[in-house]
Amino acid sequence: MIVIVDYGMGNLGSIVNMFKKVGAKAVISGDPEVIATAPKLLLPGVGSFDRAMERIDALGMKSVLDEQALVIKKPILGICLGMQLLTRGSEEGKLPGLGWIPADTKKFPSLPGLRIPHMGWNRVEPTTSSPLTHSLLDESRFYFVHSYCVQVDNQSNSILKCHYGISFDAAIQQDNIFGAQFHPEKSHKFGMQIFKNFVNL
Amino acid sequence: MLQKRVIPALLLRDDALVKTVRFDKPGYIGDPVNTVRIFNELEVDELVFLDITATNENRAPNLRILREIADECFMPLGYGGGLNNFDTVQSIFEIGFEKVILNSVMHSRPEFVTEIADHYGNQAVVASIDVKKNFWGNYEVWSHSGKRNTKKDPVSWAQELEELGAGEILLTSIDREGTWSGFDLQLTQKIADAVNVPVIASGGAGSLIHIKEVVSEGRASSVALGSMVVYQQKGMGVLVNFPDYNELQSMINK
Repeated sequence: MIVIVDYGMGNLGSIVNMFKKVGAKAVISGDPEVIATAPKLLLPGVGSFDRAMERIDALGMKSVLDEQALVIKKPILGICLGMQLLTRGSEEGKLPGLGWIPADTKKFPSLPGLRIPHMGWNRVEPTTSSPLTHSLLDESRFYFVHSYCVQVDNQSNSILKCHYGISFDAAIQQDNIFGAQFHPEKSHKFGMQIFKNFVNL
Repeated sequence: MLQKRVIPALLLRDDALVKTVRFDKPGYIGDPVNTVRIFNELEVDELVFLDITATNENRAPNLRILREIADECFMPLGYGGGLNNFDTVQSIFEIGFEKVILNSVMHSRPEFVTEIADHYGNQAVVASIDVKKNFWGNYEVWSHSGKRNTKKDPVSWAQELEELGAGEILLTSIDREGTWSGFDLQLTQKIADAVNVPVIASGGAGSLIHIKEVVSEGRASSVALGSMVVYQQKGMGVLVNFPDYNELQSMINK
Protein backbone atom coordinates (compact mmCIF):
# COMPACT_ATOMS: atom_id res chain seq x y z
CA MET A 1 0.00 0.00 0.00
CA ILE A 2 1.11 3.51 -0.81
CA VAL A 3 0.24 6.48 1.33
CA ILE A 4 -0.14 9.75 -0.54
CA VAL A 5 0.90 12.41 1.92
CA ASP A 6 -1.87 14.98 2.20
CA TYR A 7 -0.64 18.33 3.44
CA GLY A 8 -3.31 20.29 1.63
CA MET A 9 -1.35 21.05 -1.53
CA GLY A 10 -2.57 19.88 -4.88
CA ASN A 11 -4.72 17.57 -6.72
CA LEU A 12 -4.56 14.04 -5.38
CA GLY A 13 -7.50 12.40 -7.15
CA SER A 14 -5.66 11.63 -10.36
CA ILE A 15 -2.71 10.11 -8.47
CA VAL A 16 -5.04 7.68 -6.69
CA ASN A 17 -6.70 6.89 -10.04
CA MET A 18 -3.44 5.96 -11.68
CA PHE A 19 -2.27 3.75 -8.80
CA LYS A 20 -5.63 2.00 -9.09
CA LYS A 21 -5.03 1.56 -12.81
CA VAL A 22 -1.64 -0.14 -12.21
CA GLY A 23 -3.26 -2.38 -9.61
CA ALA A 24 -1.88 -0.83 -6.44
CA LYS A 25 -3.75 0.36 -3.43
CA ALA A 26 -3.18 3.97 -2.50
CA VAL A 27 -4.72 6.02 0.25
CA ILE A 28 -4.58 9.73 0.96
CA SER A 29 -3.64 10.67 4.50
CA GLY A 30 -2.32 13.56 6.48
CA ASP A 31 -2.12 11.57 9.71
CA PRO A 32 1.49 11.24 10.95
CA GLU A 33 0.65 7.79 12.40
CA VAL A 34 -0.62 6.48 9.07
CA ILE A 35 2.46 7.94 7.37
CA ALA A 36 4.69 6.21 9.90
CA THR A 37 3.18 2.79 9.20
CA ALA A 38 3.01 3.09 5.40
CA PRO A 39 5.29 0.80 3.39
CA LYS A 40 5.78 3.49 0.74
CA LEU A 41 5.13 7.19 0.53
CA LEU A 42 4.26 9.56 -2.24
CA LEU A 43 4.85 13.25 -1.70
CA PRO A 44 2.67 15.24 -4.10
CA GLY A 45 2.47 18.98 -4.43
CA VAL A 46 1.27 21.85 -6.54
CA GLY A 47 1.68 25.42 -5.36
CA SER A 48 4.37 27.50 -3.73
CA PHE A 49 7.47 26.15 -1.99
CA ASP A 50 7.22 28.07 1.27
CA ARG A 51 3.52 27.36 1.67
CA ALA A 52 4.24 23.65 1.27
CA MET A 53 7.05 23.66 3.85
CA GLU A 54 4.89 25.70 6.24
CA ARG A 55 2.04 23.21 5.89
CA ILE A 56 4.34 20.23 6.46
CA ASP A 57 5.66 21.92 9.59
CA ALA A 58 2.26 23.04 10.86
CA LEU A 59 0.83 19.53 10.51
CA GLY A 60 3.73 18.08 12.49
CA MET A 61 4.92 15.96 9.58
CA LYS A 62 8.49 17.14 9.19
CA SER A 63 10.12 14.90 11.79
CA VAL A 64 7.97 11.90 10.79
CA LEU A 65 8.93 12.33 7.15
CA ASP A 66 12.62 12.79 8.01
CA GLU A 67 12.57 9.57 9.99
CA GLN A 68 10.78 7.59 7.25
CA ALA A 69 13.16 8.82 4.57
CA LEU A 70 16.51 8.89 6.34
CA VAL A 71 16.33 6.36 9.20
CA ILE A 72 13.78 3.74 8.15
CA LYS A 73 14.64 4.38 4.49
CA LYS A 74 11.22 3.74 3.01
CA PRO A 75 10.77 4.30 -0.70
CA ILE A 76 9.52 7.85 -1.16
CA LEU A 77 8.56 9.50 -4.43
CA GLY A 78 8.15 13.27 -4.65
CA ILE A 79 6.19 14.60 -7.60
CA CYS A 80 6.42 18.09 -9.09
CA LEU A 81 6.66 20.49 -6.12
CA GLY A 82 7.06 17.31 -4.04
CA MET A 83 10.36 16.68 -5.84
CA GLN A 84 11.51 20.27 -5.30
CA LEU A 85 10.86 19.86 -1.56
CA LEU A 86 13.50 17.10 -1.50
CA THR A 87 16.17 19.73 -2.23
CA ARG A 88 17.89 22.15 0.17
CA GLY A 89 15.72 25.06 -0.90
CA SER A 90 14.19 27.00 -3.75
CA GLU A 91 14.65 30.43 -5.27
CA GLU A 92 10.88 30.61 -5.05
CA GLY A 93 10.94 30.90 -1.26
CA LYS A 94 12.97 31.53 1.85
CA LEU A 95 12.33 28.38 3.87
CA PRO A 96 14.72 25.44 3.75
CA GLY A 97 13.48 22.32 1.97
CA LEU A 98 13.65 18.79 3.34
CA GLY A 99 17.25 18.65 2.10
CA TRP A 100 17.34 14.87 1.56
CA ILE A 101 19.08 15.11 -1.80
CA PRO A 102 22.01 17.51 -2.41
CA ALA A 103 20.37 19.81 -4.95
CA ASP A 104 18.85 23.26 -5.31
CA THR A 105 15.63 24.46 -6.93
CA LYS A 106 16.19 27.42 -9.23
CA LYS A 107 14.11 29.75 -11.37
CA PHE A 108 14.16 29.18 -15.11
CA PRO A 109 16.32 31.86 -16.75
CA SER A 110 14.57 34.70 -18.60
CA LEU A 111 15.27 33.98 -22.23
CA PRO A 112 13.51 35.53 -25.20
CA GLY A 113 10.63 33.37 -26.37
CA LEU A 114 10.82 31.08 -23.35
CA ARG A 115 7.34 31.06 -21.84
CA ILE A 116 7.19 30.33 -18.11
CA PRO A 117 5.84 28.06 -16.69
CA HIS A 118 7.32 25.20 -18.64
CA MET A 119 3.95 23.68 -19.40
CA GLY A 120 3.28 20.81 -21.75
CA TRP A 121 4.81 17.59 -23.00
CA ASN A 122 8.55 17.23 -23.22
CA ARG A 123 11.05 14.47 -23.90
CA VAL A 124 13.53 13.31 -21.32
CA GLU A 125 16.92 11.70 -21.51
CA PRO A 126 17.92 8.89 -19.14
CA THR A 127 21.22 9.57 -17.35
CA THR A 128 22.06 7.37 -14.35
CA SER A 129 20.11 4.09 -14.48
CA SER A 130 17.51 3.68 -11.77
CA PRO A 131 14.75 1.23 -10.83
CA LEU A 132 12.28 4.14 -11.20
CA THR A 133 13.06 4.51 -14.89
CA HIS A 134 13.30 0.80 -15.64
CA SER A 135 11.72 -0.29 -18.98
CA LEU A 136 11.01 3.28 -19.97
CA LEU A 137 10.14 3.52 -23.65
CA ASP A 138 12.55 5.36 -25.94
CA GLU A 139 9.87 7.73 -27.14
CA SER A 140 8.75 8.56 -23.59
CA ARG A 141 7.29 12.01 -23.10
CA PHE A 142 5.95 13.53 -19.93
CA TYR A 143 3.63 16.33 -18.94
CA PHE A 144 5.36 19.17 -17.08
CA VAL A 145 4.00 22.25 -15.33
CA HIS A 146 6.58 24.22 -13.35
CA SER A 147 8.34 27.59 -13.11
CA TYR A 148 11.29 26.38 -11.03
CA CYS A 149 13.64 23.49 -11.76
CA VAL A 150 16.00 21.25 -9.88
CA GLN A 151 19.77 21.13 -10.33
CA VAL A 152 21.59 18.32 -8.49
CA ASP A 153 25.14 18.73 -7.09
CA ASN A 154 26.23 15.24 -8.10
CA GLN A 155 25.24 13.95 -11.51
CA SER A 156 24.91 10.47 -10.01
CA ASN A 157 21.67 11.72 -8.39
CA SER A 158 20.20 12.67 -11.77
CA ILE A 159 18.22 9.91 -13.46
CA LEU A 160 16.38 11.86 -16.18
CA LYS A 161 17.34 15.16 -17.77
CA CYS A 162 15.08 17.50 -19.68
CA HIS A 163 15.79 20.61 -21.71
CA TYR A 164 13.79 23.81 -21.67
CA GLY A 165 15.98 26.85 -22.25
CA ILE A 166 18.46 25.12 -19.97
CA SER A 167 19.11 21.53 -19.03
CA PHE A 168 17.56 20.51 -15.72
CA ASP A 169 16.89 17.36 -13.71
CA ALA A 170 13.51 15.84 -14.58
CA ALA A 171 13.92 12.91 -12.18
CA ILE A 172 16.33 12.34 -9.31
CA GLN A 173 17.24 9.59 -6.89
CA GLN A 174 19.31 9.05 -3.80
CA ASP A 175 19.00 5.53 -2.38
CA ASN A 176 15.33 5.13 -1.35
CA ILE A 177 14.38 8.72 -2.21
CA PHE A 178 13.02 9.51 -5.67
CA GLY A 179 11.69 12.62 -7.35
CA ALA A 180 9.93 13.36 -10.63
CA GLN A 181 9.41 16.92 -11.82
CA PHE A 182 6.72 15.95 -14.32
CA HIS A 183 3.27 14.56 -13.55
CA PRO A 184 3.35 10.78 -14.12
CA GLU A 185 -0.37 10.65 -13.29
CA LYS A 186 -1.02 12.88 -16.33
CA SER A 187 1.45 11.24 -18.73
CA HIS A 188 -0.40 8.27 -20.22
CA LYS A 189 1.46 4.94 -20.37
CA PHE A 190 4.81 6.69 -19.94
CA GLY A 191 3.83 7.91 -16.49
CA MET A 192 2.12 4.62 -15.75
CA GLN A 193 5.49 2.87 -16.20
CA ILE A 194 7.04 5.17 -13.57
CA PHE A 195 4.21 4.35 -11.13
CA LYS A 196 4.51 0.63 -11.88
CA ASN A 197 8.23 0.79 -11.19
CA PHE A 198 7.63 2.57 -7.90
CA VAL A 199 4.99 0.00 -6.91
CA ASN A 200 7.40 -2.85 -7.75
CA LEU A 201 10.31 -1.46 -5.72
CA MET B 1 12.15 21.48 -26.63
CA LEU B 2 8.55 21.85 -25.54
CA GLN B 3 6.11 20.22 -27.90
CA LYS B 4 3.14 22.15 -29.24
CA ARG B 5 0.00 20.65 -27.78
CA VAL B 6 -2.86 19.48 -29.94
CA ILE B 7 -6.02 19.28 -27.88
CA PRO B 8 -9.43 17.83 -28.71
CA ALA B 9 -11.92 20.42 -27.46
CA LEU B 10 -15.17 18.62 -26.76
CA LEU B 11 -18.49 20.33 -26.33
CA LEU B 12 -20.95 19.12 -23.73
CA ARG B 13 -24.59 19.89 -23.38
CA ASP B 14 -25.01 18.58 -19.85
CA ASP B 15 -24.50 14.82 -20.35
CA ALA B 16 -24.28 14.69 -24.16
CA LEU B 17 -21.39 15.39 -26.46
CA VAL B 18 -22.30 17.76 -29.29
CA LYS B 19 -20.62 19.72 -32.05
CA THR B 20 -21.65 23.13 -33.28
CA VAL B 21 -21.09 25.28 -36.36
CA ARG B 22 -20.36 28.96 -35.60
CA PHE B 23 -21.69 28.32 -32.06
CA ASP B 24 -25.01 27.20 -33.49
CA LYS B 25 -26.80 24.05 -34.72
CA PRO B 26 -25.55 21.58 -32.09
CA GLY B 27 -25.33 18.09 -33.61
CA TYR B 28 -25.26 15.04 -31.34
CA ILE B 29 -21.94 13.20 -31.29
CA GLY B 30 -22.33 10.61 -28.57
CA ASP B 31 -21.69 9.68 -25.00
CA PRO B 32 -18.81 11.71 -23.55
CA VAL B 33 -17.33 8.92 -21.44
CA ASN B 34 -17.13 6.47 -24.34
CA THR B 35 -15.61 9.13 -26.53
CA VAL B 36 -12.88 10.08 -24.11
CA ARG B 37 -11.97 6.43 -23.73
CA ILE B 38 -11.01 6.52 -27.39
CA PHE B 39 -8.97 9.69 -26.97
CA ASN B 40 -7.26 8.12 -23.99
CA GLU B 41 -6.30 5.09 -26.11
CA LEU B 42 -5.05 7.45 -28.81
CA GLU B 43 -2.86 9.16 -26.18
CA VAL B 44 -3.83 12.70 -27.05
CA ASP B 45 -1.86 15.53 -25.39
CA GLU B 46 -4.68 17.00 -23.39
CA LEU B 47 -8.47 17.21 -23.32
CA VAL B 48 -10.72 20.21 -22.96
CA PHE B 49 -14.42 20.01 -22.12
CA LEU B 50 -16.76 22.93 -22.52
CA ASP B 51 -20.36 22.77 -21.41
CA ILE B 52 -21.81 25.24 -23.87
CA THR B 53 -25.22 25.62 -22.25
CA ALA B 54 -24.42 25.55 -18.52
CA THR B 55 -24.12 29.33 -18.12
CA ASN B 56 -27.12 30.22 -20.27
CA GLU B 57 -29.28 27.61 -18.53
CA ASN B 58 -27.90 28.70 -15.17
CA ARG B 59 -26.91 25.09 -14.52
CA ALA B 60 -23.99 23.66 -12.54
CA PRO B 61 -21.40 21.46 -14.31
CA ASN B 62 -22.24 17.77 -14.58
CA LEU B 63 -19.78 16.52 -11.97
CA ARG B 64 -20.81 12.90 -12.35
CA ILE B 65 -19.67 12.82 -15.97
CA LEU B 66 -16.53 14.81 -15.24
CA ARG B 67 -15.62 12.38 -12.46
CA GLU B 68 -16.05 9.41 -14.79
CA ILE B 69 -13.80 11.12 -17.31
CA ALA B 70 -11.09 11.91 -14.75
CA ASP B 71 -11.15 8.34 -13.43
CA GLU B 72 -9.85 7.00 -16.72
CA CYS B 73 -8.00 9.80 -18.44
CA PHE B 74 -4.32 10.02 -17.64
CA MET B 75 -3.62 13.31 -19.35
CA PRO B 76 -4.14 16.96 -18.51
CA LEU B 77 -7.83 17.86 -18.35
CA GLY B 78 -9.55 21.21 -18.55
CA TYR B 79 -13.19 22.08 -17.94
CA GLY B 80 -15.22 25.17 -18.69
CA GLY B 81 -18.90 26.03 -18.54
CA GLY B 82 -21.05 27.46 -15.75
CA LEU B 83 -18.12 28.08 -13.41
CA ASN B 84 -19.20 31.07 -11.37
CA ASN B 85 -18.34 30.24 -7.77
CA PHE B 86 -15.28 29.04 -5.90
CA ASP B 87 -16.89 25.88 -4.47
CA THR B 88 -17.70 24.50 -7.90
CA VAL B 89 -14.18 25.29 -9.11
CA GLN B 90 -12.82 23.47 -6.09
CA SER B 91 -14.86 20.36 -6.87
CA ILE B 92 -13.58 20.37 -10.46
CA PHE B 93 -10.00 20.29 -9.15
CA GLU B 94 -10.78 17.63 -6.54
CA ILE B 95 -12.16 15.31 -9.20
CA GLY B 96 -8.78 15.35 -10.95
CA PHE B 97 -9.05 18.12 -13.53
CA GLU B 98 -6.12 20.55 -13.35
CA LYS B 99 -7.40 23.46 -15.38
CA VAL B 100 -10.59 25.44 -15.17
CA ILE B 101 -11.69 27.47 -18.15
CA LEU B 102 -13.54 30.73 -17.50
CA ASN B 103 -15.45 32.90 -19.90
CA SER B 104 -18.71 34.73 -19.13
CA VAL B 105 -18.00 35.14 -15.41
CA MET B 106 -14.82 37.11 -16.17
CA HIS B 107 -16.85 39.94 -17.65
CA SER B 108 -18.96 40.49 -14.54
CA ARG B 109 -16.30 39.50 -11.98
CA PRO B 110 -12.78 39.76 -13.40
CA GLU B 111 -11.38 39.33 -9.87
CA PHE B 112 -12.56 35.69 -9.96
CA VAL B 113 -9.58 34.93 -12.24
CA THR B 114 -7.21 36.27 -9.59
CA GLU B 115 -8.98 34.44 -6.79
CA ILE B 116 -8.50 31.05 -8.48
CA ALA B 117 -4.97 31.86 -9.67
CA ASP B 118 -3.91 32.84 -6.15
CA HIS B 119 -5.19 29.58 -4.76
CA TYR B 120 -4.30 27.05 -7.48
CA GLY B 121 -1.62 28.87 -9.47
CA ASN B 122 -1.83 30.70 -12.79
CA GLN B 123 -1.35 27.51 -14.78
CA ALA B 124 -4.71 26.26 -13.44
CA VAL B 125 -6.74 29.12 -14.94
CA VAL B 126 -7.48 29.27 -18.64
CA ALA B 127 -9.21 32.39 -19.90
CA SER B 128 -11.51 31.66 -22.81
CA ILE B 129 -12.10 34.45 -25.31
CA ASP B 130 -14.72 34.05 -28.04
CA VAL B 131 -14.25 36.48 -30.90
CA LYS B 132 -16.42 37.52 -33.83
CA LYS B 133 -15.78 40.03 -36.59
CA ASN B 134 -18.35 42.79 -36.77
CA PHE B 135 -19.86 44.33 -39.90
CA TRP B 136 -16.87 46.67 -40.23
CA GLY B 137 -14.39 43.82 -40.00
CA ASN B 138 -13.25 44.61 -36.45
CA TYR B 139 -12.83 41.90 -33.85
CA GLU B 140 -15.15 41.92 -30.83
CA VAL B 141 -15.32 39.68 -27.75
CA TRP B 142 -18.58 37.82 -27.17
CA SER B 143 -19.67 36.02 -23.98
CA HIS B 144 -22.45 33.58 -22.98
CA SER B 145 -21.63 31.05 -25.73
CA GLY B 146 -21.63 33.75 -28.39
CA LYS B 147 -24.96 35.22 -27.33
CA ARG B 148 -23.78 38.55 -25.88
CA ASN B 149 -21.56 41.11 -27.50
CA THR B 150 -19.28 42.65 -24.86
CA LYS B 151 -17.86 45.08 -27.50
CA LYS B 152 -14.43 44.49 -25.94
CA ASP B 153 -11.29 44.49 -28.03
CA PRO B 154 -9.76 40.98 -27.84
CA VAL B 155 -6.15 42.25 -27.63
CA SER B 156 -6.65 44.51 -24.62
CA TRP B 157 -9.00 41.97 -23.01
CA ALA B 158 -6.36 39.24 -23.35
CA GLN B 159 -3.74 41.51 -21.80
CA GLU B 160 -6.09 42.38 -18.96
CA LEU B 161 -6.77 38.70 -18.28
CA GLU B 162 -3.05 37.90 -18.25
CA GLU B 163 -2.58 40.72 -15.77
CA LEU B 164 -5.38 39.27 -13.60
CA GLY B 165 -3.56 35.93 -13.45
CA ALA B 166 -4.79 33.78 -16.34
CA GLY B 167 -2.08 31.26 -17.21
CA GLU B 168 -3.32 30.47 -20.67
CA ILE B 169 -5.73 31.83 -23.25
CA LEU B 170 -8.19 29.73 -25.20
CA LEU B 171 -8.93 31.86 -28.24
CA THR B 172 -11.91 30.85 -30.34
CA SER B 173 -13.00 32.40 -33.60
CA ILE B 174 -16.79 32.13 -33.65
CA ASP B 175 -16.77 32.81 -37.41
CA ARG B 176 -14.56 29.79 -38.06
CA GLU B 177 -15.85 27.34 -35.44
CA GLY B 178 -17.11 24.12 -37.00
CA THR B 179 -16.42 25.32 -40.55
CA TRP B 180 -13.28 23.26 -41.39
CA SER B 181 -12.02 26.36 -43.22
CA GLY B 182 -8.82 26.99 -41.26
CA PHE B 183 -7.96 29.11 -38.21
CA ASP B 184 -8.17 32.87 -38.14
CA LEU B 185 -4.41 33.36 -38.39
CA GLN B 186 -4.52 37.13 -38.10
CA LEU B 187 -6.53 37.01 -34.89
CA THR B 188 -4.34 34.30 -33.37
CA GLN B 189 -1.14 36.14 -34.19
CA LYS B 190 -2.46 39.43 -32.76
CA ILE B 191 -3.24 37.83 -29.43
CA ALA B 192 -0.15 35.57 -29.29
CA ASP B 193 2.07 38.61 -29.86
CA ALA B 194 0.27 40.69 -27.25
CA VAL B 195 0.60 38.30 -24.28
CA ASN B 196 3.32 36.19 -22.68
CA VAL B 197 1.08 33.28 -21.72
CA PRO B 198 0.43 30.41 -24.14
CA VAL B 199 -2.43 30.84 -26.59
CA ILE B 200 -4.56 27.87 -27.63
CA ALA B 201 -5.96 28.56 -31.08
CA SER B 202 -9.48 27.26 -31.62
CA GLY B 203 -12.08 27.35 -34.36
CA GLY B 204 -11.68 26.27 -37.95
CA ALA B 205 -9.33 23.27 -37.97
CA GLY B 206 -9.98 21.07 -40.98
CA SER B 207 -6.60 19.64 -41.89
CA LEU B 208 -3.01 19.15 -40.76
CA ILE B 209 -2.02 22.12 -42.90
CA HIS B 210 -4.32 24.35 -40.86
CA ILE B 211 -2.66 23.15 -37.68
CA LYS B 212 0.78 23.82 -39.12
CA GLU B 213 -0.24 27.34 -40.23
CA VAL B 214 -1.68 28.44 -36.93
CA VAL B 215 1.43 27.30 -35.09
CA SER B 216 3.93 28.87 -37.52
CA GLU B 217 2.10 31.97 -38.79
CA GLY B 218 -0.41 32.39 -35.97
CA ARG B 219 2.28 31.69 -33.35
CA ALA B 220 -0.12 29.61 -31.27
CA SER B 221 1.38 27.48 -28.48
CA SER B 222 -1.37 24.91 -28.75
CA VAL B 223 -4.15 23.99 -31.06
CA ALA B 224 -7.70 22.92 -30.27
CA LEU B 225 -9.49 20.52 -32.61
CA GLY B 226 -13.25 20.06 -32.75
CA SER B 227 -15.03 18.79 -35.87
CA MET B 228 -11.85 17.20 -37.21
CA VAL B 229 -11.63 14.73 -34.33
CA VAL B 230 -15.32 13.81 -34.06
CA TYR B 231 -16.35 13.61 -37.72
CA GLN B 232 -15.04 11.44 -40.51
CA GLN B 233 -14.87 14.42 -42.85
CA LYS B 234 -16.78 17.62 -43.45
CA GLY B 235 -20.48 16.79 -43.91
CA MET B 236 -19.93 13.12 -43.00
CA GLY B 237 -20.82 10.95 -40.05
CA VAL B 238 -19.40 10.76 -36.54
CA LEU B 239 -16.00 9.14 -36.22
CA VAL B 240 -13.84 9.77 -33.19
CA ASN B 241 -10.28 10.04 -34.50
CA PHE B 242 -6.99 11.84 -34.01
CA PRO B 243 -4.10 12.58 -36.39
CA ASP B 244 -1.22 10.12 -36.24
CA TYR B 245 1.25 11.20 -33.57
CA ASN B 246 4.38 11.06 -35.74
CA GLU B 247 2.73 12.78 -38.68
CA LEU B 248 1.52 15.54 -36.42
CA GLN B 249 4.93 15.96 -34.81
CA SER B 250 6.65 16.26 -38.16
CA MET B 251 4.21 19.01 -39.12
CA ILE B 252 4.38 21.16 -36.01
CA ASN B 253 7.40 20.36 -33.89
CA LYS B 254 10.16 20.65 -36.45
